[in-house]
Amino acid sequence: MPPITAHTSPAASGDLSEHPEDSPLSIHDLTVAYHRKPVIWDIDLNIPEGSLVGIVGPNGAGKSTLLKACLELIPKTSGLVNVYGKPYQKQRHLVGYVPQRESVDWDFPISALDVVAMGTYRRLGWFKRVGKKERARALEAMEQVGIADYADRQISQLSGGQQQRVFLARALVQDAQLYFMDEPFAAVDAATEQAIVELLKELRSQGKTCIVVHHDLATVSKYFDWLVLLNMRVVAAGPTKEIFTRENLHKTYGGRLDLLDSASLALAQS
Amino acid sequence: MLETITDVLFLKDHNTRVVIISVMLLGVSSGIIGAFLLLRKRSLMGDVLSHATLPGIGIAFAVMTLWGFSGKSLPVLLLGAAISGILGLLTMLAIHSTTRLRDDAAMGFVLSVFFGLGVAVLGMVQKMPGANAAGLESFIYGKTASMVFQDALLIGGVALVMSTVAILFKKEFTLICFDDAYASSQGWPVVLLDVAMLALVTAVTVIGLQAVGLILIIAFLIIPATAARFWTYRLDYMLLLSALIGALSGWLGAAFSGILSNMPAGAIIVVAAASIFLISMFFGTARGVVPRMLDQARLKRRVGRQHLLRAAFEILEKQSGPLANVPVSRASLFAHRTWSPREFSRFMARAQAEDHLEPSAPDTVLLSESGFGEAARITRNHRLWELYLIRHADVAACHVDRDADMVEHVLGAEIVRKLEEELGPEIGIPQSPHRI
Repeated sequence: MPPITAHTSPAASGDLSEHPEDSPLSIHDLTVAYHRKPVIWDIDLNIPEGSLVGIVGPNGAGKSTLLKACLELIPKTSGLVNVYGKPYQKQRHLVGYVPQRESVDWDFPISALDVVAMGTYRRLGWFKRVGKKERARALEAMEQVGIADYADRQISQLSGGQQQRVFLARALVQDAQLYFMDEPFAAVDAATEQAIVELLKELRSQGKTCIVVHHDLATVSKYFDWLVLLNMRVVAAGPTKEIFTRENLHKTYGGRLDLLDSASLALAQS
Repeated sequence: MLETITDVLFLKDHNTRVVIISVMLLGVSSGIIGAFLLLRKRSLMGDVLSHATLPGIGIAFAVMTLWGFSGKSLPVLLLGAAISGILGLLTMLAIHSTTRLRDDAAMGFVLSVFFGLGVAVLGMVQKMPGANAAGLESFIYGKTASMVFQDALLIGGVALVMSTVAILFKKEFTLICFDDAYASSQGWPVVLLDVAMLALVTAVTVIGLQAVGLILIIAFLIIPATAARFWTYRLDYMLLLSALIGALSGWLGAAFSGILSNMPAGAIIVVAAASIFLISMFFGTARGVVPRMLDQARLKRRVGRQHLLRAAFEILEKQSGPLANVPVSRASLFAHRTWSPREFSRFMARAQAEDHLEPSAPDTVLLSESGFGEAARITRNHRLWELYLIRHADVAACHVDRDADMVEHVLGAEIVRKLEEELGPEIGIPQSPHRI
């Protein structure tokens, strides 16, 4: 396992030994700015393989931006992102992405199975149609997250939790090594939350790495073994046990750590 | 007169046949491509594009005339239209990406400026010495009567090719329409695919100019697709239906403008498509207004019936002695729940029509044999659901009646069986867990 490093000092950059080839995701001096206003600054991270990584921070801290910049969905102002030692464009086949549920129109005329089958499109290539093999794979993934019964439903007829699981199944179909998940736990029912947690553990046991934007401090130490505390910069990153402290959280949230979150934090630590 | 009508409608005349078929093919292609445009949420871009074609038509005519050719060669005019349409779109994108103006403002700007420019160019062209620019205005409103055989062939041929290309790209277009960020993360060239889609829209718009006209071509792109959505939740059926509606509107439009010589085809196409749209909006099986209202009314009726029967059953339960089916007074039934007098008398009338209730003495009613059985079954389902909520969902007993109320009316046999399994040997009708 690579040494765990998290620093915000650009001076320490440039040493390639800090970006070992076997790290599923290494980020080097990443800065993203919208309209010249930086959203995230000087992010340096090396994520250890086979870990469940939570990205935690207040609203507007740049959590989604970090994910999108890694996936090149938004332009990087500067910096380098490597997936298993190579740039993302060369490693797309190793990466699965679960966007935020609200990012699409769930009224779209398409069935749950058809959405999940989108995970096979890349391998299918141009113009080829989804066939029996792809449909079987999609159904298998839906079974894995417990929504196979809803395969033929139009997606607007699914509950929020089921829709979230459709997105997870679509990423599973890709059979990736590294998964990016943007708030998969947002506004889902207890059954879905449980299904996602089990899925994450299953993925970890297969040596896969999941990077999950998360918002519920009470469950952080239960779900994630590695943590990135983000507020425009990386405040702290490392094993959850070492990083998830009151002091670090105060640095991350500033005065914005509200009563409810403090209470859930106290609960989590007790 | 009647003869000419049937001649035109059923394509007896060779020339009209070719014209009508080409407009129908145009309808098919605009139906398919318009569906993708709609799902990509870019409907109005089609409008910008079509209005922006006008200057190109005028300039193409002027250039050809200056070089000594006939200015009215359709392919050249359409090429000019395509170029200026694309310029319009590019202007819009440039405004969008360099300023903070909102999209609708950018669209309004480009649409009106290009159209105004086009009108000005047409005005100047009319005054050019030696040029006969009469008829160029027909591109604004469309005129199938001016189509000659070659024009029709060109329009039909291009429409057929564009439909095929759109179907070929179905998987890729669906992906970017549904989730462009995911598509991009997977390495699909979203920008290129968008360009391809807009190229198809441009092609359909441009070949539609002569038949439908640039003001109304947007209707041909959007209305068939929106109408189709009311009938289905499946994209494949939506595409098919949209193509059919496009073809049907095209047929009606071209045919009637052949019969009524002063009527521009574009107007009739829009009227035909809009009629289909209205029918779809009201009666579309998937999202239509009427099926939805019927569903609501059906549920309301069912809930009302179940409330009434359960009320009767609960009143019978409260009476001393063993449970027996005796007459129940209307007043006690009415007092058992909160319902308006109108609602109540409607439910009563319906229950009597269904033979669940029959009047006995004045102001009392008696449950029929089937009504009594139904009432017992409904009450049992209600109680089972309440028990389930209390035991497994931590709902307080005082709240459970209201919560149970919302779901029990839709409990199927399968769920009732599961409830029975879950709750163990609760045979018969369980006691109500709360005071009635």
